[in-house]
Amino acid sequence: MSVAAAIGDTMKDASGQEPPKKAGRFVPYMLMAPGMLWLAIFFVVPIASLFLTSLQTPVPGGQVGEFEQTFNFANYVNTLTDDTYYVPLIRSFVYSGIATLLALAIGYPLAYAIAFKSGKNRNLLLVMVIAPFFVSFILRTIAWRQILADEGFVVGILRSIGLVSETGGLYPSAFAVIMGLTYNFLPFMTLPIYASLERVDPRLIEASGDLYAHPFTGFRKVTFPLSMPGVVAGTLLTFIPAAGDYVNAALLGRPSNTMIGNRIEYTFLSVNDYPTAAVLSFILMACILAMVLVYVRRVGTEDLV
Amino acid sequence: MSSATATKPPLGFRIRSWLGDNALRFYAVIAFIYLLLPVAYTFAFSFNNAGRTNLVWNSFTLDNWLNPCGAPQVCPSVVNSITVALIVTLVSTFLGTLIAFSLVRYRFRGRSTTNLLIFLPMATPEVVLGSSLLALFLNLFVPLGFSTVVIAHIMFCISFVVVTVKARLASLDPRLEQAAMDLYASEREAFRRITLPLVAPGIAAAGLLAFSLSFDDFIITNFNSGQFTTFPKFVYVSATRGIPAQANVIASAMFFIALAIVLLAQLSSRRRKAA
Repeated sequence: MSVAAAIGDTMKDASGQEPPKKAGRFVPYMLMAPGMLWLAIFFVVPIASLFLTSLQTPVPGGQVGEFEQTFNFANYVNTLTDDTYYVPLIRSFVYSGIATLLALAIGYPLAYAIAFKSGKNRNLLLVMVIAPFFVSFILRTIAWRQILADEGFVVGILRSIGLVSETGGLYPSAFAVIMGLTYNFLPFMTLPIYASLERVDPRLIEASGDLYAHPFTGFRKVTFPLSMPGVVAGTLLTFIPAAGDYVNAALLGRPSNTMIGNRIEYTFLSVNDYPTAAVLSFILMACILAMVLVYVRRVGTEDLV
Repeated sequence: MSSATATKPPLGFRIRSWLGDNALRFYAVIAFIYLLLPVAYTFAFSFNNAGRTNLVWNSFTLDNWLNPCGAPQVCPSVVNSITVALIVTLVSTFLGTLIAFSLVRYRFRGRSTTNLLIFLPMATPEVVLGSSLLALFLNLFVPLGFSTVVIAHIMFCISFVVVTVKARLASLDPRLEQAAMDLYASEREAFRRITLPLVAPGIAAAGLLAFSLSFDDFIITNFNSGQFTTFPKFVYVSATRGIPAQANVIASAMFFIALAIVLLAQLSSRRRKAA
């Protein structure tokens, strides 16, 4: 199994397609105990710890970063009504939403071309899709700085055809941030879509043609619905990390393009205001979970969750 | 294109399908340029005779490649990253493979809860994973450094290992193992000589995935590393002052090593299929 297929399969499900066979009593628990314990201690407990931290208040007369455990739910109200926090939160969802749509617009045709038009080169093309992962993503993001810089050829071309004014540029800007997000998560969009397109039986598409469906109608009524699990997995795998990302906004944007991830990082690591940062993390997680649930229910796949 | 005859589909249809075919290819080429342009830039700038900042092209040099440890902190951070990634790969692949086996091979109470717990870390943004672990470490006064980074990386790699190995296990024909046992192999022997070799490529893929996820992780590391510096963290922190061209050398070398591994794996699997 190639890494590409592994990543593609990663997205597929968490529910298991095949019914388990043996009926051991304690063996499965013993097998999974160490790993699940690790997840319990370092994933579940931290989330609980994060929630407790989000309700803490500063120690009266204490130093910066000293907090005591209280149950001050007002932290949530104060943070949500502060525009230095809710504006980046909304901006995160707008940016990552646009980036997800762009990645879908680029990734779907790409996956389609690899699945149906690539012939013998299919595996090579799949390797090319994951090849960017082999270079540190921070260096790739910084490469976009160079590509979009005022002296770069992209701005040069755009200036000469008048799409960008003589003094205007592309970096730093909201455009650069969204483009960076689209770029960084494009393989996560492409691979699951490819994985589900690859499973589409080509005879179904032929059959729609035999029944006088226009190729586009055939695509709309046959191919696209069959690829829906991949589209759902791909959009989630793009949207979720993009909404929490702060590297692209930090490296490609202006201060006015900060996303919620930047706020969380700054509040946690620079201001040492742990309760506020915890509130922000918790709200981000809650928003994303809510969106994912609504989305998955709307689109109606049972493959995920 | 010649005029339409009775046997051929109508001209308009053919033009449209020709356009459809080739527009798609054209589109795919552009998408690949988009995907690979930053990789090319990273590679090209590893040859730049850069001063303090490697942002503008100066002149061609091989110095960076001949002296990859020439800039301070580059090599120590790479060694740190590789050490972390190796430990994380071993531990998370072992733990994750055990979970995958129990999920695919056994029916037990709490199976769907287990599946949910595997899925959730993958559906949680990295800032939340990173900041929640930091909240735990802060509340328990755990000092940040090498060990907290390893703990954090193992946590988020386990889920990816589980789903990768699970996919491979689920596609195995259970009758192979039964056949071995019909031929008087003990359960343990059947596992060792039939199941394990068949699952091995899945485990290897999971290990590679864990290694690359750990090596390239920045966000979770940044929250939980304290003074400990990994390669991505080094690059991010030095981005404001200027990244030494040696970082591009390291990244390019890693790129070609990883590419070689993947291509070799594909070649050998093709040969196995042909045989």
